[in-house]
Amino acid sequence: MSFQPVHFYQTGTFTVGNRLLAQEERSVQANMERTNSLNSGHRACQGCGEALGARYAIDAAMNAARGRLIAANATGCLEVFSTPYPETSWQIPWIHSLFGNTAAVATGIAAAIKVKRQKGQMGDVRVVAQGGDGGTTDIGFGCLSGMFERNDDVLYICYDNGGYMNTGVQRSSATPPAARTATTMPVGPEPGNAFGQGKFVPAIAMAHEIPYVATATVADLRDLEYKVTKAMGMRGARYIHILVPCPLGWGAASQDTIKLARLAKETGIFPVFEAERGEVTGVLKIRRPQPVEEYLRLQKRYAHLFGKKPAVETIARLQAAADKNIRKYGLLDQEAN
Amino acid sequence: MDKPFAITLDPGSSLANHTGSWRTSRPVYVDRLPPCNKQCPAGEDIQGWLFHAESGDYESAWRHLTKDNPFPAIMGRVCYHTCEGACNRGQLDAPVGINSVERFLGDEALKRGWKLSAPAAESGKRILVVGAGPSGMSAAYHLRRLGHSVTVYEAGPLLGGMMRFGIPKYRLPRDVLEAEMQRVVDLGVEVRLNSKVDNILDTMRDGKFDAAFLAVGAHIGKRARIPAGDAAKIIDAISLLRSMEGEEKPLLGRRVVVYGGGNTAIDVARTAKRMGAEPLIVYRRTREKMPAHDFEVEEALQEGIMVKWLSTIKQAHESSLTIEKMALDDKGFPQPTGEFETIEADSLVLALGQDVDLGLLEGVPGLQVTDGVVEVAPNMMTGHPGIFAGGDMVPAERNVTVGIGHGKQAARHIDAWLRGEQYVPPVQREVAVFENLNTWYYADAPKTVRPMLDIIRRQSTFDEVQGGLDESNALFEARRCLSCGNCFECDNCYGVCPDNAVIKLGPGKRFEFNYDYCKGCGVCVAECPCGAIKMEAEEI
Ligand SMILES: Cc1cc2nc3c(=O)[nH]c(=O)nc-3n(C[C@H](O)[C@H](O)[C@H](O)COP(=O)(O)OP(=O)(O)OC[C@H]3O[C@@H](n4cnc5c(N)ncnc54)[C@H](O)[C@@H]3O)c2cc1C
Ligand SMILES: Cc1ncc(C[n+]2csc(CCOP(=O)(O)OP(=O)(O)O)c2C)c(N)n1
Ligand code: SF4
Ligand code: SF4
Ligand code: SF4
Ligand SMILES: [Mg+2]
Repeated sequence: MSFQPVHFYQTGTFTVGNRLLAQEERSVQANMERTNSLNSGHRACQGCGEALGARYAIDAAMNAARGRLIAANATGCLEVFSTPYPETSWQIPWIHSLFGNTAAVATGIAAAIKVKRQKGQMGDVRVVAQGGDGGTTDIGFGCLSGMFERNDDVLYICYDNGGYMNTGVQRSSATPPAARTATTMPVGPEPGNAFGQGKFVPAIAMAHEIPYVATATVADLRDLEYKVTKAMGMRGARYIHILVPCPLGWGAASQDTIKLARLAKETGIFPVFEAERGEVTGVLKIRRPQPVEEYLRLQKRYAHLFGKKPAVETIARLQAAADKNIRKYGLLDQEAN
Repeated sequence: MDKPFAITLDPGSSLANHTGSWRTSRPVYVDRLPPCNKQCPAGEDIQGWLFHAESGDYESAWRHLTKDNPFPAIMGRVCYHTCEGACNRGQLDAPVGINSVERFLGDEALKRGWKLSAPAAESGKRILVVGAGPSGMSAAYHLRRLGHSVTVYEAGPLLGGMMRFGIPKYRLPRDVLEAEMQRVVDLGVEVRLNSKVDNILDTMRDGKFDAAFLAVGAHIGKRARIPAGDAAKIIDAISLLRSMEGEEKPLLGRRVVVYGGGNTAIDVARTAKRMGAEPLIVYRRTREKMPAHDFEVEEALQEGIMVKWLSTIKQAHESSLTIEKMALDDKGFPQPTGEFETIEADSLVLALGQDVDLGLLEGVPGLQVTDGVVEVAPNMMTGHPGIFAGGDMVPAERNVTVGIGHGKQAARHIDAWLRGEQYVPPVQREVAVFENLNTWYYADAPKTVRPMLDIIRRQSTFDEVQGGLDESNALFEARRCLSCGNCFECDNCYGVCPDNAVIKLGPGKRFEFNYDYCKGCGVCVAECPCGAIKMEAEEI
């Protein structure tokens, strides 16, 4: 298990807080004094998973860095909805980079801090870089790989909502197969996004053998905070890839954001694990196994699979992909089978 | 401006942007009615007292519980706990062991000597309670807490009613019963033992009572017309159980046949077993049709009690009985088959139900008696103004908890009636159904099983059969509660809002929505484990 053991205090540690737990065992989000790095008034859609994921992650990083943190942010929804001039929702030092270079900007900030520290001009300040899946897995990928390869002292956080949501839901290399986007319409013999394309950046990050790589979702706050905190306790290049459902792009009800993230993990569609220097060291096990259909049905981007004649073969292929994750990462407890 | 670390420009905060205007529906905090509370015949706020018990604050839990029911140690032993049947956790794994936690709290109170709180002020009104069973003593308690002066007339020599003279010791030890009764007396309730009320109007007039609550129970054993020889020994169950409380134990012989299929029949058989007899229950229908609770039948069978199903007793002789076999017809009614059999029997105990002795009500105008029980209005008042009634003597299910509930209801109505007012019960809240819950957040936790006395001692002694929980497993059991429909401060809503629109007010103070920024996405509603938030359409 990659997070705290479950205390059986009525709800264990699955909830955000718990009045029966000792203060230090509660989550950062439960704290009345949390940073609220991404404050109210931002213009994200109702139920935005990215806004939620960003506050979860950056609040945890702020907590771990004792408030001394700078964030670089790629272009994308997160940047656009948080900082329409002259307003900002950020309650931390924050800089907007270009769409494709946020890893490089963060590298620069880390280098500058290093120099200033060597000159005794400032104390320790930590750096995070953050961006969407488009900014990370596509256009920013060169800068990111460079940052990994040089082992720069940056925590890079990718908020994966499976597409270029800010510009109107176009396909990215993180868009899952069969999903409808503006550029992968449900037409032709293989409707929606093609199978056999795209990439899973956490695995590529692991191939760089950097100190720490992890995946997380907005459905498991305790796990997410554990990983951010752990990453912040390390130096060098670190990468966390967070699945953040997008009600608009996925065609889902706004209240289902966390439910969808949970289903992505529980079906095996999205494996939740952590790895150190290229080796998987922990996985978040599936607690209540479910077929992928439960996940797909809630999203209009897969509606074409459930028409008058359900696309059973396509659904089976998606199920097979989930089963592969379950096997590959050992997502099911042996006893649970 | 004093700028935070590394910030050079004055930021314009997005707080200027009131995203609340996007909303078409709004989340609101609610307190739904947990199904357990709804089911409890004594109207206990189960979720409410479990909430205190969960944090280990047993005294607060006990105080909260005893607002509705002063007898948790008794409840924890004899209540049929239908609340557990309604418990939402039952749909997840197994119901919360409400009854075992209740018993733990009751026992803890007795151990620690916690006292019930006295009334704040005296009303100057005098109320007569007739019968010191659970219903009468519950009414006495609630009336006393409302500041009235209460006098209980009891025909028998001790307090407790059928809990003392019916329910056997091995299910309800007498020190427990005594202690919980005494605690009510200690509130300043006057008790007159060995004081049978022969005429209610006379007693009320003589004692200058302003109102009366009657709870005389149902003590007259029903007889069946069984032709019997002179030497046949036939006893009624209630008299038998009652004599168990006296010095002289009844002589039953070795082969005791108990006729009937209710809880009383089971108790009599189990009592006889403990006295060294070999009891046999004769019942005219099948086990499925038996009115006795299944767990009691099960416990009796474990103790080696035999049952003869589908049989009626035709004739009683000195040391034997003639029995006719029955068969169920299409409608499930037993019909005679004409097949007879003789069984040995030294005595026959009739456990065929009880009737109410309504002698004290003779000549009272306005009363309505149907099928041997006294009709009462929803406010528990009989047809005669100022005379209220409850428990086994009114039309309702006959058990201790129902009686206690009647006592509470009657007390509230009597209190209002004395002031010329009407007690208006609070509007019933919407019920917290299983579908309101998000069970993902609850850890798996099997129900804690209470220890049982070993079988040998169950067959030969009157020691208590079912044990209690200790501190650690009572706490565990309390924490299995899902807190249906009522916030337990899990911080989920505060955490999951993408718009930071939930304000945490601090421990014990719950939460508030910041409608300036809440966009109405509904995530907090979906992720509240216990269904304490609901979405309401915004008026646009
Ligand atoms: C063998 C047996 C086992 C049972 N087991 C259970 C059980 O496990 N759980 C459960 O919930 N229920 C059980 N019951 C049912 C339960 O005991 C009764 O429903 C309950 O006691 C009724 O309460 P009550 O206050 O109405 O009357 P009672 O408990 O019958 O009390 C009435 C009291 O009024 C007194 N009284 C009567 N007439 C007068 C008068 N004229 N003047 C003054 N006093 C008078 C009586 O002496 C008695 O003390 C059992 C019943 C029996 C017979
Ligand atoms: C070089 C460049 N190309 C294109 C754009 C237009 N653009 C802005 S945001 C965006 C998509 C962002 O997608 P992603 O990184 O996945 O973030 P999301 O909006 O989905 O959170 C694009 C294409 C740009 N800003 N810069
Ligand atoms: S889980 Fe708790 S509140 Fe819900 S029905 Fe059971 S005992 Fe009552
Ligand atoms: S999660 Fe936040 S924005 Fe959404 S309905 Fe609840 S309070 Fe409003
Ligand atoms: S989510 Fe938790 S804290 Fe919020 S209302 Fe529900 S129980 Fe209370
Ligand atoms: Mg994206």
